[in-house]
Amino acid sequence: MTALHLAIIAPFLAAVFVPILYKMFPNIHTGWFVLAVPAVLFAYFLQYLPVTSNKETVMAVLDWVPSLDIHFNAYVDGLGLLFALLITGIGILVVLYSIYYLSKKTEALHTFYTFLLMFMGAMLGVVLSDNMMVLYMFWEITSLSSFLLIAYWYEREKSLYGALKSMLITVLGGFSMLVGFVLLYSITGTFSIQETIALSSEVVSHELFLPAMLTILLGAFTKSAQFPFHIWLPDAMEAPTPVSAYLHSATMVKAGIYLIARLSPVFAVSGEWLWLVAGFGITTLFWGSFSAVRQTDLKSILAFSTVSQLGMILSMLGVGAAALHFDNLDENLYVGATTAAIFHLINHATFKGSLFMMAGIVDHETGTRDIRRLGGLMTVMPITFTIAVIGGFSMAGLPPFNGFLSKEMFFTAMVEFTEFQLFNVDTFGILFPVLAWIASVFTFIYSMMLIFKTFTGKMQPEKLDVKPHEAPFGMLLSPIILVSLVLVFGFFPNILSYTIIEPAMASILPSLLQEGEQFYVDIYFWHGWTPELYMTLGVIGTGVLLYLGMKKWIGVYRLFPEGLSFNRLYDQTIIQGERMSEKVIGWHMTGYIKDYLLYIFSFFTAALLFTLFYKGAFVVNTENVAPISVYELILAGVLIVSVGIVMFTKSRLKAIIGLGVAGYTVALFFVIFRAPDLALTQLIIETVSVALFLLCFYHLPQISKNLESVRFQAGNFIISAAVGLTITLIGIAASSSRLFDSISGFFPEASYEEAGGKNMVNVILVDFRGFDTMLEILVLGIAAVGIFAMIKLRMAGREQL
Amino acid sequence: MEIVMSIIAGVLFMGGTYLVLSKNMIRIIIGTAIISHGAHVLLLTMAGLKSGAPPLLGLKASTYTDPLPQALILTAIVISFGVTSFFLVLGYRTYKETGTDNTEKMRGTDSYD
Repeated sequence: MTALHLAIIAPFLAAVFVPILYKMFPNIHTGWFVLAVPAVLFAYFLQYLPVTSNKETVMAVLDWVPSLDIHFNAYVDGLGLLFALLITGIGILVVLYSIYYLSKKTEALHTFYTFLLMFMGAMLGVVLSDNMMVLYMFWEITSLSSFLLIAYWYEREKSLYGALKSMLITVLGGFSMLVGFVLLYSITGTFSIQETIALSSEVVSHELFLPAMLTILLGAFTKSAQFPFHIWLPDAMEAPTPVSAYLHSATMVKAGIYLIARLSPVFAVSGEWLWLVAGFGITTLFWGSFSAVRQTDLKSILAFSTVSQLGMILSMLGVGAAALHFDNLDENLYVGATTAAIFHLINHATFKGSLFMMAGIVDHETGTRDIRRLGGLMTVMPITFTIAVIGGFSMAGLPPFNGFLSKEMFFTAMVEFTEFQLFNVDTFGILFPVLAWIASVFTFIYSMMLIFKTFTGKMQPEKLDVKPHEAPFGMLLSPIILVSLVLVFGFFPNILSYTIIEPAMASILPSLLQEGEQFYVDIYFWHGWTPELYMTLGVIGTGVLLYLGMKKWIGVYRLFPEGLSFNRLYDQTIIQGERMSEKVIGWHMTGYIKDYLLYIFSFFTAALLFTLFYKGAFVVNTENVAPISVYELILAGVLIVSVGIVMFTKSRLKAIIGLGVAGYTVALFFVIFRAPDLALTQLIIETVSVALFLLCFYHLPQISKNLESVRFQAGNFIISAAVGLTITLIGIAASSSRLFDSISGFFPEASYEEAGGKNMVNVILVDFRGFDTMLEILVLGIAAVGIFAMIKLRMAGREQL
Repeated sequence: MEIVMSIIAGVLFMGGTYLVLSKNMIRIIIGTAIISHGAHVLLLTMAGLKSGAPPLLGLKASTYTDPLPQALILTAIVISFGVTSFFLVLGYRTYKETGTDNTEKMRGTDSYD
């Protein structure tokens, strides 16, 4: 256990104390205590910056289940550290914001902060684990704590719906990812990510490569809300705004991106990876930005915007994989895509976090998030407006904010990608810049909607529940810090280049670097008159025109009816799934004992007959059979006739007498087949049984003496005939093929000499196998006690004996 | 003879199964009794028939029938007797409590509490 391990589990440990502190200090907002955790962790992780920027990595080893190759090994490199800083850094701001956002008086703060800390610890575990199983464990804890946080206001039906939806989708993906990890393990024999990366050439040539890749990608896509699994994210907006800002914009939804970046060295050489990651990314980018424009709720716009920006990052990661097909670092254009992906990952966390907090402030101060009811808040809430403008312009990709830089790099990557000469990219690849450009136009439109529909125009105080006013300073502090970062990263992007971005790139594309080499990262505003600059100008021009003329073309969205949406598909899947299972259960679980017996007997005969003939086990061998005499045939006839009478008679008395006849005939068979003890027992038992049956019969006078309901039932008869046939065939086959002699030779010798008895059957019963007899006596005893209890004890209407 | 006995066991099983599949409780119990007859006959048949004297050493025969299946059947007879009598009383009590001996009318309540 090193300090690094302690840092990962520190949030969990702290979560234990949250309820105690909440109870002990009711006058202090619990958030202040919680604030210390991300702050300390952030400071701790900052220490690793010099380490990773020097291309060194830290591996802290701790055995957990060594026999299964599961080790709690923490690994810090550029990529892991970037995420750890993001998680703890945004964590500080979110906790700070939540202190002012959530009321001490009305909210259950202890549960909120317990879940939040759980989430923080799990997220740190995801990004810092080297072992896939441990990563998976933390991954599922993020799903679980996210579920709990979305349903924080559990008395609201929509919260529960959103929580369940996100749980089902992310856990589906998580489970698929687990399958992928196990497949990877069966290829490489290790759960360690770093060892798997070292063996990547072996992985790529293995036949399980594709299944492993697809299952892991499914996990990453569902977690990162990629098309068409993005549907859970907008519904997760029912969570408190600090949660949306933290989980659903800055951290958890980037877990899938982390996983894809982390496993890029393993999978990225293949064309499937390139197409899937880049293709799904660009589709999500387009669909998310397209859908965002039709939303009217601030947080829904932001949710779809998150979906689209995640798609953008992912498409850049996918395009970045093209770099692996070139050895020469100096002329490798595609490395730039990875740089852009990481840079935008950081940028997105800054501006999206601030925008969510802005939406929360608007909601908090006006009582609504509906842009149709909002407007004209600019003069009342000037600081919030400034935050929205900076965040929104950055999201739209306008200079001089950091979003502009990453968008330019994005366009560069997409344009250059079309020239890639492998995997058909040179033909279909033209779709990438086109879709990227269209999506950027939509991004521009919804960013402008977000700013101007909320803050400009006429204020409509009659539509608002409360009189709007500027938020308290504490609530504004976190978004102010975030937009300051937007500006800082916008004007001085290169403070990130070699401290954070370059080490992270080295983790994503390790094979490109020779010893002592490093990627060249330089981010600057002015590229010259390049295609991407014209594209940006086009985006702004078209965007402005479309935004101003929005009323004219917004009807386009009516072409996509609600009935065809993915939400509808999800809902129908759930509803139809429940209905189907109900139907299937109702169809076969009838509640009638007869039906269940029919299933059992049918399965029994089908399985046995199939095995008997499929395995060729059926033989008839008449060599060693005993001769048949007339008496035996007569007895057989009597037995069969009596069984027939029992089966088909309508009189109960006849049935019981028939049963008695059958029993006595069996006793006579025992006589013929040299079994005197059996014959004796059978005679006595049969007599007693028949007496019992008659007794039962006598005491049930209310039932008519005739069994009215007995009708010949063909279905039952077929099944029972099949059962009889199965028994007969197996009996014949078994007696015709004896594999070895019985041990009966032992008993004649041993009975007298060792047990001192001449009746071998009795000697076996009480001596050689006396244990059976003892338990058989026990059975009789239990039956007797049971019968006594049934007759004597009347429980009805009484609670106790 | 083994083949004839196998057929008899099959017939007993068939009759027993047919009775067990009916609605009437007493017929079901009779069915189980017949199935146990079938099982006993089958057990005895599988050991080989009539291949020696009864398993009594006093007879001083050169070969004896296999005593082991006989011991097994003896145990089985007693157990099936115990179970049958328990079932009978259970059927009797069920009739007294519910007023029917038709299993199709014996339905639990639909609620799970």
